[in-house]
Amino acid sequence: MLNPAPTEPLLRLRDVTQAYRKGGTSDLLVLDGINLSLRENQIVGLLGRSGCGKSTILRIVSGLIAPTSGDVLFRDQTVSGPVPGIAMVFQTFALFPWLTVLQNVELGLEAIGVDAAERRSRALTAIDLIGLDGFESAYPKELSGGMRQRVGLARALVVHPDVLLMDEPFSALDVLTAETLRTDLIDLWIEGRLPIRSALMVTHNIEEAVLMCDRVIVLSPNPGRIALEIEINLTHPRNRLDPGFRKHVGDIYALMTKRQDPHSPTIEGIPGTGIGMVLPTVSTNEMAGLLEALVAPTAPVRVELSDIARALQLEVDELFPIAEVLQLLRFAEMEAGCIRLTEGGRHFAEADTDQRKRLFAERLESHVPLIRLIRRVLDERPNHVAPLDRFRSELEDYMSEQYAEETLRAVINWGRYAEILAYDEETERLSLEDPS
Amino acid sequence: MSDLTSPIALIGKRAQPNLWDAVAFALIIGLLAAVAHGAHGTVMSISAVEQSHISLSPWALPGYAMRTVMRMAAAMVASLVFTFTFAPLAAKSQRAGQILIPLLDILQSVPILGFLTFTVTAFMAMFPGSVLGVEFAAIFVIFTSQAWNMAFSFYQALTTIPRDLSEAATNFQLSPWQRFWRLEVPIGMPGLVWNAMMSMSGGWFFVVASEAITVGTHSFTLPGIGSYVATALDARDLGAVAWAILAMGLVILAYDQLLFRPLVAWADKFKFEQTASEATDDPWALKLVQRTRLMQAMLMPVEYALGYLARLRLGKPRAHTSVPLPRPLGIAFDVVWYSLIALGLGWCLWRMFSYMAMTLGPSDALEALKLGLFTFVRVIVLIALATIVWVPIGVWIGLRPALARRVQSLVQFVAAFPANLLFPIAVVLIVRFHGNADIWLSPLMILGTQWYILFNVIAGASVFPGDLREASANFGIKGWRWWRKVMLPGIFPYYVTGAITASGGSWNASILAEVANWGPTRLHAHGLGSYIADATLKGDYQRVVLGIAVMCGFVIATNRILWRPLYEYAGRRLRFD
Repeated sequence: MLNPAPTEPLLRLRDVTQAYRKGGTSDLLVLDGINLSLRENQIVGLLGRSGCGKSTILRIVSGLIAPTSGDVLFRDQTVSGPVPGIAMVFQTFALFPWLTVLQNVELGLEAIGVDAAERRSRALTAIDLIGLDGFESAYPKELSGGMRQRVGLARALVVHPDVLLMDEPFSALDVLTAETLRTDLIDLWIEGRLPIRSALMVTHNIEEAVLMCDRVIVLSPNPGRIALEIEINLTHPRNRLDPGFRKHVGDIYALMTKRQDPHSPTIEGIPGTGIGMVLPTVSTNEMAGLLEALVAPTAPVRVELSDIARALQLEVDELFPIAEVLQLLRFAEMEAGCIRLTEGGRHFAEADTDQRKRLFAERLESHVPLIRLIRRVLDERPNHVAPLDRFRSELEDYMSEQYAEETLRAVINWGRYAEILAYDEETERLSLEDPS
Repeated sequence: MSDLTSPIALIGKRAQPNLWDAVAFALIIGLLAAVAHGAHGTVMSISAVEQSHISLSPWALPGYAMRTVMRMAAAMVASLVFTFTFAPLAAKSQRAGQILIPLLDILQSVPILGFLTFTVTAFMAMFPGSVLGVEFAAIFVIFTSQAWNMAFSFYQALTTIPRDLSEAATNFQLSPWQRFWRLEVPIGMPGLVWNAMMSMSGGWFFVVASEAITVGTHSFTLPGIGSYVATALDARDLGAVAWAILAMGLVILAYDQLLFRPLVAWADKFKFEQTASEATDDPWALKLVQRTRLMQAMLMPVEYALGYLARLRLGKPRAHTSVPLPRPLGIAFDVVWYSLIALGLGWCLWRMFSYMAMTLGPSDALEALKLGLFTFVRVIVLIALATIVWVPIGVWIGLRPALARRVQSLVQFVAAFPANLLFPIAVVLIVRFHGNADIWLSPLMILGTQWYILFNVIAGASVFPGDLREASANFGIKGWRWWRKVMLPGIFPYYVTGAITASGGSWNASILAEVANWGPTRLHAHGLGSYIADATLKGDYQRVVLGIAVMCGFVIATNRILWRPLYEYAGRRLRFD
């Protein structure tokens, strides 16, 4: 906190768009017109689910990839590759397993040619700051996840970056460890001991964003767009049970479940329409589990999603896809941050296995167009067999290869559970029924 | 210790067009024909080479052993240089990779000993009248037995660098030079060390074979253990053969204890895994280096110098990840590139055919194919026999961890031992009992290569999950059902890896194994190996080229039709992860 007065933005993204070329016919838009700025003395959070391009934004800011159009200005200079003032902390830690903690931390200094003595003293200072004393000569594989991420933080801080980028830095850690690291980092930040001017972090954890950030930018997926910016003016250290805190969390949940025009891609609904629907790989067990939790005698009619997330220990990334599939199959409805069982959902939760399968099959056939298409094709063919490729290539007209793969996997699993189709992995063929 | 490095290139890239294999095949055989043609004139002028006299005294053996080891070391250095240039080139340029990788794949299947004829004459032409030419030819043969799988393993490591590490290196602005030594070499290190060590194990076979060469009317001997044995065979001196076997055994033991084990254990620290693996006892030689002050003090300057070199900031740090070439230029480049390949292909095909057509007709091709079929049958039958023998034994050993560790060391040792040193003993037996050469020479082909099957089966059985064993015991699965449903699927991926190596090695060994001499007595089995060996002896280059081409064809066809599908199936269906 060297300079408390608001100044010119340190970092600015102007109309950043990112598209992946696929097959020459159409481009797949990942980010669409992202404008954002980062001022000094701010921690800004990019919040969104997988597929909203938040990690892509971070990689563009850090100069790892070039935007398709638009530009990134860092200290009024266009970023056209990695620059010394921006350092990154990785979700998977990205530590070099053959280097010790000390060598890992020194790596960034080596690259910019700092001499040996200064390298050593700066690295030791960073290690000290981040609470890694005593681990200098350990190899990453000897460390717990929390300690590994501390190495990742020390390695980024040792180069004294103006901007610290963090890509879901705590999501690979267990709940307790993650909380310790968050509070340690925030303590250092408010005490002004971090050698950085500002930080930009990507997260899919709403509470984490409200806990740590001064400003939260909510992204909507497919393509990634900025849906909303929220200033969080709570003083540190923040208390999760504080009404102000809860209100921010509730607001963000409400925003992320807000329903728009049902026929257009919703802010947080299942993207795409008809055959082109991108279906998440949600297992039938997860769906049943959530339905059973909602039908429990103690459960109110409408349940706050944030409460469910806390009670079931689910991250937004895990909870939302399940809830959305339930909504797609009309087993549940989401509105304003709440979820409510439908009549069908109640039936399902109370039914036995065979009834559940029948009910599920009905819903699949009436609400998932891809299932309808597969059934029709299989029915039309004399041997009732079709290669998976036939559907894969059709899906790829609407979505990326990866999404197509996920969608097919979801459909195969659901179809198998509902016993309306069979799949042979060896030959990659769909058929009507398993041999009996 | 049981890295499943595939001996077949391009596993898992099912979409790879086989067209590139054809291109690579034609390139290699065509170049061979060209070299042979060029060497034709020079072969007569090399009679001036001094004939080294080989003494059969056991006291001369340490000196000879040293010469053999030096040859091996020189070849290893060459292989490393090749690996560090070839693999990055293939990994970083898509166009180069397109042709280089199939080339590597085919080169792996070429019978190396068939090369010898050409390399000797070619290197002789470069160093006329000097023994240096023969020396280089021998080293080149060893190099060709080592380099390909090393380069391929490094290439695989380069193309599978974890994305986050690559991004971290870029984000912290490592220069290309720093990136190479800090990220790319360490990532490739476990695979590279393992393959280098396996290559060296295999290399002893070729170093021994390449020291005594006869091309046409010319015999060349290089002082070494191989030529010592060859001389002993001519003199029918069984005692000298025994001494040579002992000397070789000691050399391999030293190599195993001083180099192989410490290096492989050391390379373990580069394994890309974030969990601490089960600690195994470090080899004594590694402890010696790591825990004694003297060794540390001696290594310090080396370490310092290497560290300094690795830190040099050569080259510019990466900018944005590749921006695609502007299309028109890219297309023009494509056109030029593919026409160059097509031209090269045409030239090679023409060379190949015109060269062989000088003396050979279609009937010769049929003859070679027929003999190839004989050898093929031998290889398949032998692999089947080795499978029946070694799979049960390997499983039995592998399920007993303490025993497995000890046996594994022994098998590594035995596999490294050049089997061709043992051929004379078998030959003496066949001569004494008047055995049929067509049958009894065959086992020699697999003498040195069967160990790969045993080795891999033990490795597979020893990592078979304990809970699955307990489950099958709990459900009372026994007997044949246990083998079919539990154990065989579990070890299958490992078995296939071993069988591929064994089958490739056996083809190579056939050139030595299908013909054998004992003094004036000559044993001869019908097959492609003896066809190549005979042609080499007569200096009939056309037949040698034909023989190599046919053998290459057989090896590649077996790999593509039999082994690769099996390997892919094993990778898809029979993995525990």
